[in-house]
Amino acid sequence: MEPGPLFQIHDLAVDFATPHGIVPAVHGVSLEVARGECLAVVGESGAGKSQLFLGSLGLLAAGGVARGSVRFDGRELLADDGEARREVLGTRVSFVFQDPMNALTPHLTVGRQLAEVVLDRGLMGPDAARARSLEALRAVRMPAPESRMGQYPHELSGGQRQRVAIAMALMTDPDLLVADEPTTALDVTIQAQVIEVLRDARDRGLAVVLVTHDLGVVAEIADRVAVMYAGRIVETAPVRELFASPAHPYSAGLLASVPRLDASRELRLQGIEGQPPRAGANDAGCAFAPRCPRTQPRCRQERPALRLAGNRSTACHVPLAGYEAPAGARGVP
Amino acid sequence: MAALIAIVLLIIAALVGPWLSPWQPDQVDWSLNPLAAPPSLASAHWFGTDGNGRDLFVRVWHGTRVSLLVALLATAVSVVIGVAWGATAGYLGGRTDGWMMRVVDVLYALPYMFFVIILTVVFGRSLWLMFLAIGAVGWLTMARIVRGQALALRRREFVTAAVTLGLPAHRIISRHIVPNVLGTVIVYATLTVPQVILFESFLSFLGLGVQEPLTSLGRLVAEGALEMETAPWQLLVPASVLALLLLALNFLGDGLRDALDARQR
Amino acid sequence: MSAPLLSVRGLRVGFPARRTGLASPRQWHAAVDSVDLDVADGQAVGLVGESGCGKSTLARAILALETPAAGRIEWRGKPVRRDDAAVLRGLRREVQVVFQDPVGSLDPRMTVGESVTEALEALAGRQARDAAAARVSATLEEVGLDASLAIRYPHELSGGQCQRVAIARAIVARPKLLICDEAVSALDVSVQAQIVNLLAELRARHGMALLFISHNLAVVRHLCEDILVMYLGRIVERAPREVVFATPRHPYTRALLASVPIPDPTAAAARPREPLRAVTDTGLPPPTGCAFAPRCAAADDFCRGSAPSLVEVGAGEFTACHHWRALGPWASPGTVRSTAS
Repeated sequence: MEPGPLFQIHDLAVDFATPHGIVPAVHGVSLEVARGECLAVVGESGAGKSQLFLGSLGLLAAGGVARGSVRFDGRELLADDGEARREVLGTRVSFVFQDPMNALTPHLTVGRQLAEVVLDRGLMGPDAARARSLEALRAVRMPAPESRMGQYPHELSGGQRQRVAIAMALMTDPDLLVADEPTTALDVTIQAQVIEVLRDARDRGLAVVLVTHDLGVVAEIADRVAVMYAGRIVETAPVRELFASPAHPYSAGLLASVPRLDASRELRLQGIEGQPPRAGANDAGCAFAPRCPRTQPRCRQERPALRLAGNRSTACHVPLAGYEAPAGARGVP
Repeated sequence: MAALIAIVLLIIAALVGPWLSPWQPDQVDWSLNPLAAPPSLASAHWFGTDGNGRDLFVRVWHGTRVSLLVALLATAVSVVIGVAWGATAGYLGGRTDGWMMRVVDVLYALPYMFFVIILTVVFGRSLWLMFLAIGAVGWLTMARIVRGQALALRRREFVTAAVTLGLPAHRIISRHIVPNVLGTVIVYATLTVPQVILFESFLSFLGLGVQEPLTSLGRLVAEGALEMETAPWQLLVPASVLALLLLALNFLGDGLRDALDARQR
Repeated sequence: MSAPLLSVRGLRVGFPARRTGLASPRQWHAAVDSVDLDVADGQAVGLVGESGCGKSTLARAILALETPAAGRIEWRGKPVRRDDAAVLRGLRREVQVVFQDPVGSLDPRMTVGESVTEALEALAGRQARDAAAARVSATLEEVGLDASLAIRYPHELSGGQCQRVAIARAIVARPKLLICDEAVSALDVSVQAQIVNLLAELRARHGMALLFISHNLAVVRHLCEDILVMYLGRIVERAPREVVFATPRHPYTRALLASVPIPDPTAAAARPREPLRAVTDTGLPPPTGCAFAPRCAAADDFCRGSAPSLVEVGAGEFTACHHWRALGPWASPGTVRSTAS
């Protein structure tokens, strides 16, 4: 293993070719994930957070093109031939999709699908594969793992299917797990269990990228958070600092929009005026300016660059009080 | 797109074409010997003449008119009956749907050829009978398609919302179900037209189609086939026009269907 | 206290369940079982539960979209039956609904204005064209939409805007009760907040009663005065809002509350976790005993043998648990936070 971040995205852009022209979903995003770290990427619809990771792993739908640099453990993944990607994806980097029903093949048993992950790659023989499958099911806290092996996906509940999907992702003992909205389609009690499963995986040293819009889940499990808006990163920070003192007005607005069980009940939720921009919008100036309560004339003319200061960064001309970019903070292109 | 242009051109040709020629459709050119003459510019028989010396250019366009007329009217009949039947069956569901579709199944099973032949024998050959008979058969497929769409639609939330407004079933069917199946209906209607033209051509080929002096593309093809070896243009010209028309209609239908799919996604 | 607007007693609504084999008889499964529910004039009642608990079926039964197998639904004291057209007409005029899918609940072929006008005319009778247009415009403005959007189609609007249209359609005829079936669950967080605020405002302005169905406890807490918790077709707890959150008296309610993620890393880390045993069946309640027993840490043979019914344990507080007294003290997340943000 090389020193340095485990997963590094540099200036990644994702465009989609549509009958209406090129639609940019992601504009020049740079991110890093350290070994064993859990990074949450937060944003609402149209923010581009799913496309960011689908693009970086070569999983885009037809018509999608990713440009930029993506390095896993020092190796460039976006090289044209895709060889590096094929080696890494499914073995050292695993992806868990949002809808568990779509990730599982309906006509194969759970045990067979789990075993296939390692058998197809010739990583181990059938007996070892079966043992490993059982191990993976136990790791995701699946009740009665032996009987699950022979069941079909439609016989399982949504939460169980999602756990099988995570188990499949863990079969090859990856270094990085990218989970795209893994708990969104689940009931809250099942969600709590899936969060526990992800926590267990992290305790074993797995790095996790969690793409989500659910701030509660972020608070439960993330070490660092990156907030995306309209295809760009607007803020990154360690999780406690983001929640305690967000710098970007959008982050603050998001946090204020979430009704909380632990706060006294205010009469009005804060909300953010307007609606998220449609995917592909790319106007001059800050994309958040139309909805921002702190807009200055400068915001509409000049797009703020992402400025790094210490372990936080933010892209805002008028960041919130309590966050001062120290003089000499370098801009991140 | 190209298909649409082709069809429009053909329709224009069918309407305008005969005006361009000095000949009438049932006018025999006695100056020709033999009567069947190949295409030539000199005699203004641009497509040649048929076995009776009648100018083929004019006859082809007249035939196209008839074929299109029959096709459009027959399709209209099948659309109206099919949509009403299918939308009602699909929306109401349950036993009503079961009975209504059993009727369709039974009618489907009848050999329509016999049906048309019997009708023709009883009522004589006429244009009206033609498209009534074809329409009476064509609505079955349309009904099935519409019923499938209606079944899917009634589960959509906006239909539930209409029910909670207290709207009666017939209002829901006419205001919510039918407009939302129209897209599919248009596509399949466009694809039905060539089928009808073919069917009509087939009937004409059998001698059961339109009567003299009216002619249709099918009749022309039938007549031309008899003279295939001696006067090939009599077959080639109407067959080419027929083929072009069918091709263009099919492309149009396919294109519409692709456009519809893309929009629904 | 005046008679409630809506009164539900002993409601049972069922569906045939999947057969376990070709030869076994088709089982009948109650999606809603012995449910009692009251909504008074102007009251906001929250119905909380996870997927498969029957809350949507309950809403459909109240809207007379389903025929109950047993029990009674009364609107303004008159029994609601699907074959009684006069009663149904009255019900429809006064009870309206907003669904979960904002775009799907609008006819894609009708403009926004047409959808709202259709509702107005269906519920309040035919109107003079100008009067109708004016009322529709006013209602659109009331839900926070510019009246000029009336000529747009649903696919041209965002999810939040479509949901506002759905709300406009529901309130244009001034219903007495608005049922919201997961009305904000499909919306982005910032838009969710806007819609929740809108519902609260509309309720205050029109004195509308609200039946808010959701799996999101925090949102329900924000909007509703009384909360019912549903599990596998049964109501397991009912209490005023603050009581439910401060002293939950049913193990399932506690599990729900413990599972709700709190957007505060410090509080989240400090929170005690009450592990919930996983579900092993297909979502059907066990044949005897408490429906929650298979997952309950406190369940014993008595629970498995005898199904508890809803009993009153305090002022307006009801729970369906045999051992409610034995449940330990509840540390609500609010007491864990050390400083206000």
